[in-house]
Amino acid sequence: MSWSNIGLHHYLIISAVLLTIGLFTVATRRNVVAILMGVELMLNAASLNFVAFSHYVHGSVAGQVFSVFIIILAAAEAAIALAIVLAIFRHFRVIDVEETATLRE
Amino acid sequence: MGDTYTAAFQKVHELGFLWLIPLFPLIGAAVNGILGKKLQDRFGKRAVHTIAVGAMVLSSLVACYAFIAKLLPAPAGERTFRDLVFPMIQLGALQVDFALLLDQLSGTMTLIITLIGTLIHVYSIGYMAGEKSYWRFFSYLNLFVFSMLLLVLGDSFILMFFGWEGVGLCSYLLIGFWYTDRSKAAAGMKAFVVNRVGDFAFCCGMFLLFWGLGGAWEHDRFYQQEVTSVQVVRVDPSAHHAGTGHGDEIAHAAQPAAAAAAAAGHGTAGAGTTGEPTTVRIGPTVMFHELRQQLAITRSDGVRPLAERMTGSTVWGIPILFLVGLCFFIGAAGKSAQIPLYVWLPDAMAGPTPVSALIHAATMVTAGVYMVARLNFVFWLSPGAMTVVATVGAVTALFAATMGLFQYDIKKVLAYSTVSQLGYMFIGVGVGAWWAGIFHLLTHAAFKACLFLGSGSVIHGMHFLAHHGHGNDGDDHQQRDLRLRADPADPQDMRNMGGLAKLMPRTRLTYLIACISIAGFPIAAGFYSKDEILWKAMANGSTLVPGPLLWFVGFLAAGCTSFYMFRSYYFTFFHREATAEMKHHVHESPACMTYVLWALAGLAVVTGPILGFPMLWTGSEPLFEQWLHPVTSLGPFRQHIESHGLEWALMLASVGIATLGWLTARFFYRDAAATERKLADLKSRFAGTHRLLYNKYWVDEIYQATVVRGFMALSRCLATIDKKIVDGLVNATSPLIRGASWLSGWIDRTFVDGAVNGVGAVVIALGRHGRRLQTGRINNYAYGVVVGVIVLFLFPSLMK
Amino acid sequence: MTPIIFYGLALLVVLSALGVALARNILYSGFALLGTLLGVAGLYLFIGADFLGVAQLVIYVGGILVLILFAVLLTNRIGQVKISSLSVNRLVGAVAAALLFGLLFEVMLDTPWPQIEEAAAPTTARLGDAFLGEYLLPFELASLVLLMALVGAMVIARRAAKAPANSEAEAQAIRRLE
Repeated sequence: MSWSNIGLHHYLIISAVLLTIGLFTVATRRNVVAILMGVELMLNAASLNFVAFSHYVHGSVAGQVFSVFIIILAAAEAAIALAIVLAIFRHFRVIDVEETATLRE
Repeated sequence: MGDTYTAAFQKVHELGFLWLIPLFPLIGAAVNGILGKKLQDRFGKRAVHTIAVGAMVLSSLVACYAFIAKLLPAPAGERTFRDLVFPMIQLGALQVDFALLLDQLSGTMTLIITLIGTLIHVYSIGYMAGEKSYWRFFSYLNLFVFSMLLLVLGDSFILMFFGWEGVGLCSYLLIGFWYTDRSKAAAGMKAFVVNRVGDFAFCCGMFLLFWGLGGAWEHDRFYQQEVTSVQVVRVDPSAHHAGTGHGDEIAHAAQPAAAAAAAAGHGTAGAGTTGEPTTVRIGPTVMFHELRQQLAITRSDGVRPLAERMTGSTVWGIPILFLVGLCFFIGAAGKSAQIPLYVWLPDAMAGPTPVSALIHAATMVTAGVYMVARLNFVFWLSPGAMTVVATVGAVTALFAATMGLFQYDIKKVLAYSTVSQLGYMFIGVGVGAWWAGIFHLLTHAAFKACLFLGSGSVIHGMHFLAHHGHGNDGDDHQQRDLRLRADPADPQDMRNMGGLAKLMPRTRLTYLIACISIAGFPIAAGFYSKDEILWKAMANGSTLVPGPLLWFVGFLAAGCTSFYMFRSYYFTFFHREATAEMKHHVHESPACMTYVLWALAGLAVVTGPILGFPMLWTGSEPLFEQWLHPVTSLGPFRQHIESHGLEWALMLASVGIATLGWLTARFFYRDAAATERKLADLKSRFAGTHRLLYNKYWVDEIYQATVVRGFMALSRCLATIDKKIVDGLVNATSPLIRGASWLSGWIDRTFVDGAVNGVGAVVIALGRHGRRLQTGRINNYAYGVVVGVIVLFLFPSLMK
Repeated sequence: MTPIIFYGLALLVVLSALGVALARNILYSGFALLGTLLGVAGLYLFIGADFLGVAQLVIYVGGILVLILFAVLLTNRIGQVKISSLSVNRLVGAVAAALLFGLLFEVMLDTPWPQIEEAAAPTTARLGDAFLGEYLLPFELASLVLLMALVGAMVIARRAAKAPANSEAEAQAIRRLE
C-alpha cells in the first residue's frame, strides 16, 4: 500500500469508512429519513467494495453486475421506505423513531 | 487402486413421461384455485369437481400405465426409471436435479396416492356437496396430491423436502378449512407448528448427511473430499448377495440359518453379475440413487469402502450415521405423528372427514415411514438408529392404542388408531423388515381410509344434530370434559349414535369389514401385514432392544386395537335402538360415497392375501417382499430367531388376542342396558385408570405446562437480557449502575421469593420484567449489526 | 496527477458522509448525501466502471436523492425554518462504529488479496453481455422486484378511502384486546 499507487486497499478503506459512518447514522439518528440516508451510505459502501474487488481481484464485470443490482434494490427500497414514511407521518404526524415505536410489548 | 469394484444396484432407465403424474393435479389445483369461484358461480359445482376428479383420474391413469406397462414387465433388478425434468442447482459439489424416480417403492406409493386419492375425491363430491367454498376444498385437495406425489417421486432430499413442506402446508390449510371456527383454525396451527420441529430435524439430517459424505474433521480442520467417480461392475440386486457384506453383516450372514433363509428367498438369479461397467459418482450428494450406489460399492475382498467410511466417521464422538438417522427419524416422527410429536394428529380431526381419510390416514402421515424405507440403506448401516425407530414405534403403538380405548368421538378413536398403526409401521422399518412396514402402510391405507370414510358417512347422516341447534353454549364445560354426558349437538359423539345398523346398512357392512381387517383376523389384509411386522420384530437381530420385548408391546397394542375398533363399531351401529328423530333424519349416504366405501373395503380384504401370504404357509417369500427386495437390498434382514413352531404360535396368539378384544367389546357395548350395568361396576373399580386413559395421559396439558410455558418463560428471559444489555450499552454507565443494583434486587426478589413460591413466581417475575420483547427502536437494532459482525469476525479466530 | 484526483474524490466522499451523519438540519444532510453519491460515482469512473458511474449519477442522484428530499419536505411543515434532526447517544454510536472500522481494517490488512493488473477499460459492452447472458434471470427478476416495489409503494402511500371508519374500528379492536 503506497500513497502514490492507488490500489485495492485505498478503496477498501474508503468503503469501510462509508460503512461505519452509515452505521453511525443509523444508530444515532431519530428521524426516519435520516436513518434511510444512513442505509444508503452503507449500500454505497458495499457497492464500492464489489466494484473494487471486481477490478483489482477478479478482473471480470461480475462485481459490477452486483453493483447494478444493489442500485436497483436501493431504488426499490427507497420507494417503499418513503411510502412507509409518508404513512407513518400521516398516522403519527411525526417521523421520530422514538415516538413511533408503539408496537413494542 | 487396481482393485475391481462391484456394486449391487438397479439399472436406471429413462421413461420420459413421469412428470405428467404430478402435473395433472397441479393443473387442477391451479385452475380451481384461480378460476374456481367463477366456475362455481357460472357452471355450478359440477364444473369444479369435474376438473378436480378429472385431474386425479388422468394422473392415476398415467401412474397405472407406468406401473403396469413399464415397471412390471421390466426385468427384476432393472426396475428403476429416472426422468430428469431440468437441472435445478449446481453449486460446487452440490448438484440438485428436478428429477423423478420411479422404482418399486415409489411406484407402490404412487399407486396408493393416485388411486386412493381418486376414490376420496369422488367421495368428497357427496360429502362436501353442501359446502359453499367447494372450489377451495378441491383446489387444496389437488394441491395436496401434487405435493405428495412430488415427495414420493422426487429423487433428491431437496425435492422430497419440497413435497414434504407442500403436504404440511396443505394439511394446515385443510385442517383449518372451516377457519371461521377458532378451534379448528387453532388445530391447523398446532399441526403446522408441531411439524416445524420435525422439519427442522429433517433439514439437520440432510445437512449432516451431505456434510458427512463430503469430508471429515481432522485435527480441527475440515477436509473437503473431491467429487470423483469410479468404474464399477453392476450386480443385479434382485439376486442373492450373501458374502458381499462387511463387518457385522458377515457375522450375521455367518449364522447358517439366516444365510439359508436369505438364499432360499432371494430367487434363482445365481451370481447375478451382469458385467456391465458403470460409472458411479462419488462424493457429497443429495440424490437418492447416487447415495444408494455409493454405499453399495464393494471391493473384491467384500469390503464396502464408502459404507465403511460412513459408519466409521463420527462427529462429537457420536457416529454420524446414527445422528443422521436420528434427525431423519425426528423429521419422520413429526410428519407421521410418533411420540413425542403425535399431539397434532388427534386435533387434526377438525378438518373435513375426507381430508382425515386422505391426508391423516392414508398418505401424508405415512410419508415418514416412506422416508425411512427410502433411506433404508442409511438406517441399515446404523443399528442404533434402527433401535430408536423401532422402540419409538413400539411405544407409540401401545401408548396411542390405550389412549384410543375410551374415546367417545368417533374420529378421535380413528385418529389414535392411526397413530398406533403408524407405530407398527415404524416397528417394521425399524427392525429392518422394510417391506413389512411398507406393506402395512399399503393395507392400512385401504382399511383406515375405509374406516374414516365410513365414519364420515355416519357423521354425514348424523349431521342433522348440528342443525337442530341444541346449542352447547350453556353446556357446563367442566362436566362435559369429564364426559358424564354427551353434547347432544355433536354429530361425531358416539353416544349420540347407536342403532344405525338398519339405517345405514352399506356403511355398517363396510365398516365391519375394515374393522376385521385392522383387528387382524386372517380373512382380511391387516392380519398379514401386522403379523409379519410382529414376527420380524420378534426375530430381528438389528435392534439393541430385545426383539421379544418389541413383539410383546406390539402384541398388547394389537389387543387394544381390536377392542377399540369393535367398541366403536358396536357403539355406532348397535348399542341401542335408534330414536324416532334419528329414524326420520338418518339415511344411507349417496351412491358416490357408498361405492367408494365398497371399493376400499374390497381393497382392505384382498391386498393382504394376494401380496403378503406369509412364507410360513407357502414356503416362498411373499410377493410384496420379492417386489421390494431390489430397493432394500443393501443388507439382508438380520434374523436372530428361526423357528417355524414359534412363528405359528405367535400367529395363533395374535389371532387369539384379537378375538379376545372383539369379544370384550361385544360383551360391553353390544347392548346399552347391559353396558350401563357392567361399566358402572368396572368404572367404580378402575376410575383412576379410566380417567387417565380418557384424558390421554394429560399429555396435551403437560406439553402446555412444560414446553409451551417453558418456551414462553425462556423467551421472556431472553427478552429481559436483551433489554438490559442492549439498553445498558446504549445508556452507558449510569443506567448500568442502576441496572446492577436493580438486578441484585431482582435476583434477591426472584430467587429468594422464587425459592419460597416455587416455579410460578419465577415465571411471573420473568414475565413482568420481560414483557418488552422488542425495544422497537431502529437505533438499538443497529448495534445488533455491530455485535453480529464482531462475533462473525471473532468466531474463526476463536476456533483456531 | 491521478492519485490527486483519487484523494480529492475520497475526501469528498468522507467529508460529505460525515455531513450526512452529523448535520443538525436534515436538509443539509440530504445535500451532503448528494456529495457522497457524486464522489462514489467519481470513484467508479476512476477504476473504469463507466456505466456504473453514470448509472449511479442517474439513479441515485437523479432518483433516490430526489425521493429522499421529497420525503423530507413532505413530512415537515414547510414554514418551519429549521428542520432539525436530533441525534441520540452519539458517544456509544461512535464507539461501536470505531470498533467496526477497526475490525474491518484489521481484516483488510490480514488478508493476502490476490491482485491482478488490469488497465481501466470501458465495461459497458461486457456488462450488457453479462446481463443478457449469464445474469438474464436475475435481471428479469429485478424488473419484477421494481414493479412490485412500485405497486407496493402506491398501495402503502395511498390514502385509505374509508380511513376514519377503519381507524375507529381498529381502535375499538385494540381496546378490546387490551
